[in-house]
Formats: sequence, C-alpha cells, structure tokens
Amino acid sequence: MLIPCPWCGERTFSEFSYGGDAMIRRPARPEEASDAEWYAYVYLRNNPRGPHRELWFHEFGCEQWIEVSRDTLTHAITGSTPAGTRERGAE
Amino acid sequence: MQNYSLFSLARNAIGHHEGWHEAWRSPPPKPSYSVVIVGGGGHGLATAYYLAKEHGIADIAVLEKGWLGGGNTARNTTHVRSDYILDENAHFYEASVKLWEGLSADLNYNVMFSQRGMIRTGHFDAQVQALLRRGNGMRLNGIDAVFLSREKVRRLAPALDFSSTARFPITGAFFQPRAGNARHDAIAWGFARAADARGVDIIQNCEVTGFAIEHGRVLGVETTCGFISAEKVGLAVAGHTGHVAALAGLTLPIEAHLLQAMVTEPVKPILDTVVSFGAGHFYTNQTDKGEIVMGGDLDGYNSYAQRGNLPMIEHVAAAAITAFPCFGRLRIMRHWAGVMDMTMDGSPIIGKTPIDNLYLNGGWCYGGFKATPASGWCFAYTIAQDRPHSLNAPFNLDRFARGYTIDERGAGPYPGLH
Repeated sequence: MLIPCPWCGERTFSEFSYGGDAMIRRPARPEEASDAEWYAYVYLRNNPRGPHRELWFHEFGCEQWIEVSRDTLTHAITGSTPAGTRERGAE
Repeated sequence: MQNYSLFSLARNAIGHHEGWHEAWRSPPPKPSYSVVIVGGGGHGLATAYYLAKEHGIADIAVLEKGWLGGGNTARNTTHVRSDYILDENAHFYEASVKLWEGLSADLNYNVMFSQRGMIRTGHFDAQVQALLRRGNGMRLNGIDAVFLSREKVRRLAPALDFSSTARFPITGAFFQPRAGNARHDAIAWGFARAADARGVDIIQNCEVTGFAIEHGRVLGVETTCGFISAEKVGLAVAGHTGHVAALAGLTLPIEAHLLQAMVTEPVKPILDTVVSFGAGHFYTNQTDKGEIVMGGDLDGYNSYAQRGNLPMIEHVAAAAITAFPCFGRLRIMRHWAGVMDMTMDGSPIIGKTPIDNLYLNGGWCYGGFKATPASGWCFAYTIAQDRPHSLNAPFNLDRFARGYTIDERGAGPYPGLH
C-alpha cells in the first residue's frame, strides 16, 4: 500500500504506524460523560467493510498524524489530509 | 452415516471405492428452523453438532456464504495449545484441548490431532522468568507445562540456531507437551459429517443479507436463498463478525485485521514440534506433507480483504531465518491472509447479545482454531439454555462495559496489539 502523505507525497505504508478509526471522539466534557459514553469511546468501533477514515502516523517520515480515506475491502486509498483539519460532522 | 473404519476401508477397496457415500447432504433450506447458525466454519459446524448431540436439537440449519471451512478454518496455522495464564482463558482452552484429544473417535473422522508439543523459546533472563511464570500459572490450573534447558531444547528442535554466532542465543524454553496441531479441513468436514448424521441441514452458497428483528427479538434471517425464520440465531462468522453484526444493528468492540501465513515447499522431516520464537513474532511447524508452515504478527490496520501486504511476509521470513538458519534455502510456495475479528482485550466473545434469541460467537483474534471444539460446545450450551455455561460466562459481550476485560497480553483496548 502507498499512502499519500499531505507533506511527503506517496510513501510505502511501512513508514507509518496505524492509529485506528479517525471518527472516534473523546467525550468533550470528560467529567460529565456517562459510563455508556466512555464505553463507546474506548471500546466500540464501526469496523466497516468498505470506506474507512483512519489515522496514520508518519513515523519514519515527517512525524505528522494524517487522516486517510481507505477502503477496508479493496485497500484503495482515495485521499488524505492532515489530522484534525477536516469537517467531522457534529461534535 | 457410513461408519469409517479399517473394515469399511477394506470393503470399499474391494469395491474399487465406488461405494462411498457423500459425507453430508446438501438439502435446499426449509422455510423455518429451531436454530439457524450463520457461518459454516469449524465453530459454526461444531455448534450445530453439539446442539444435536448434547441438547437434542436437530432442527438446525448451518448457513455458509461460500464453502465449508473456506474462511479462517482454512487460513490458520493449525496450532492447538492451552498455554494461558489467566484463569478464564486457561479453563476454556484446556477444555478445548481435552475435547480435541477425543475428537477423532467422537466424530468417527480423523482430524489428525497430533500432540507433538509446543516450544516457546526464551532468549534473555526477563523472558525466561516470564515463561516460568506462565508455566507455573498453567500448572496451578492443572495444565501440563515444562521448562526446558538449552540442551533439552536442542534435543527437541536441533534445527534452531544453537551456533556460537546466533543473533538471539536460546537460554531455555517453555514446553507444553500436550499441545500440537491438527488438520484444518478435517475439523470442518468431520463436524459437518457428524452434524449432518444427526439431522442438521448444511446449506452452502447461502449468504445472510439481513435479520428480521421485532421488539428486540430476532425472528429469522434474510438470505440469498430467501427468508428463513428461526426461533434462535447464532452468529459464528469469525472475521466478518463486525460486518454481519452491523446487519443486525449491533456495534461491537471489535476491529477486523489481517493475519498472514505461508508455507514453503515440502522437505524431509526436520521439525517435529510446534515452535514459537521468543525473539520475534514468529511461529512454525512442519506439516505431514513436509511443508514448513509459518506465521507472524497482524498486518496492523483494519481490513476485510483476505490478502495482506509484503512487508509482513518479509518480517516473518526474516524471523524464520533468524530462528532456523537452515530455512533460508527454502522457497515460499503459497501465502495467504485471513480476517481476524480482533476484540479490545484479545479474548473471544461467546454469549448473548442485546437482541433476544440472537447469540454471538466471535472475536477470536488469532486463537480461533484451537478453540473450535470448546467454542462449539459452549455456544451450543448458551443457545440451548439461553444462558452461558460457566466455561464461557466470562466471555460475555457485556464484560467491556462492566470493566471485566480478559486481557491476556495486558495490551489495553488496542485490538491491533493483541
């Protein structure tokens, strides 16, 4: 797999380490979050068979976190942005 | 069911082997069943068998989207062991090894279970201490475990690197004598044949595409062969657990990851135990055909692709040559990947779900093959009784929310690390 790093261009994926599902959000107000919200944040994953937005860390490159759109069934990568910059829907 | 024995072999040899029957029927699905098992791998077929044998429920269909045992049952490295230190895992996997020990006779099918033992090599003091602790923990649970000195390891597996220039000299090893391996296809075929003989309908090329759920209770499954109603539905779909559970509206503490394995060309006997190398993520054994089977770590990213990437193959090959320098001359003949349903604590889920009469058997990470008989046995009990057996009660889905994870590796909620 070649991952298009927004800073470095296409690099082999073994330069990166994987950060998992990019859509997981830590409860915004930790002191008010319920056990169910913490459970969902720590443990539950949508785990789709298809398009997936995920975090990668360019460990052996620019050392930046990036957000990659990749299909988990075909491994096709359709784009990447610096992590945290994209519209993520309701927070 | 046609009994397999020396006499039936001789009788059919005289008849030019034209008298053998099909090992199981292929009936069209009925419109309704007492129990529908989704997934015709080892676990699903074992569940159907034990439901029929132990609980007297024979009105069962096993639905398989492809062919029997074509998923992870065929994609693993066939090791069977019970070298776990946490009580929940130790009791469960030891129950599985005990079922394996009687399985060929029970099924009247040779699953080629070979208790050739498994070595875990130790290379430095802290690792040897950890192996001793693991072995002692197992012995407290009544499971066989032996510590081997360097010389004893050399006698058991002389092909390991014992030279003075070894990069990771072996200082000792953990050994489970009753561990071993088995024939991967035979476990699916043996359970299928024995379940079929007890009246279970095995339906291949029938993919589940949805669930009928009303008022929090499952009523049946939509399939590519039409709607099939069922009083109870059990999921045993291994790597595709996340995908199939989503069809029922469930989000699970599971990620799908890839695990690759590979075999070399066949060679003369050189290794007659299972070896897990302590200085790299690498495990191996030699098959009865002579191939060296090798496996390593996860690829490390979410995937349902059933094919991996080359860096992990290189990593496994490098570890193989470090452990066994003589393997460097072998050529890799085939490699493949399976989809692992990695849970957040590295332990499986066998139990009830928030939907009534829908039961879940999944999250096998990469420990599913050895668990096949006990998994089926426990899952059958759970479905028949609508409550878990004491062996699988700790593996309930709600353990994550309650804070009772079973984290054998101590890696935390990171599925790629287990």
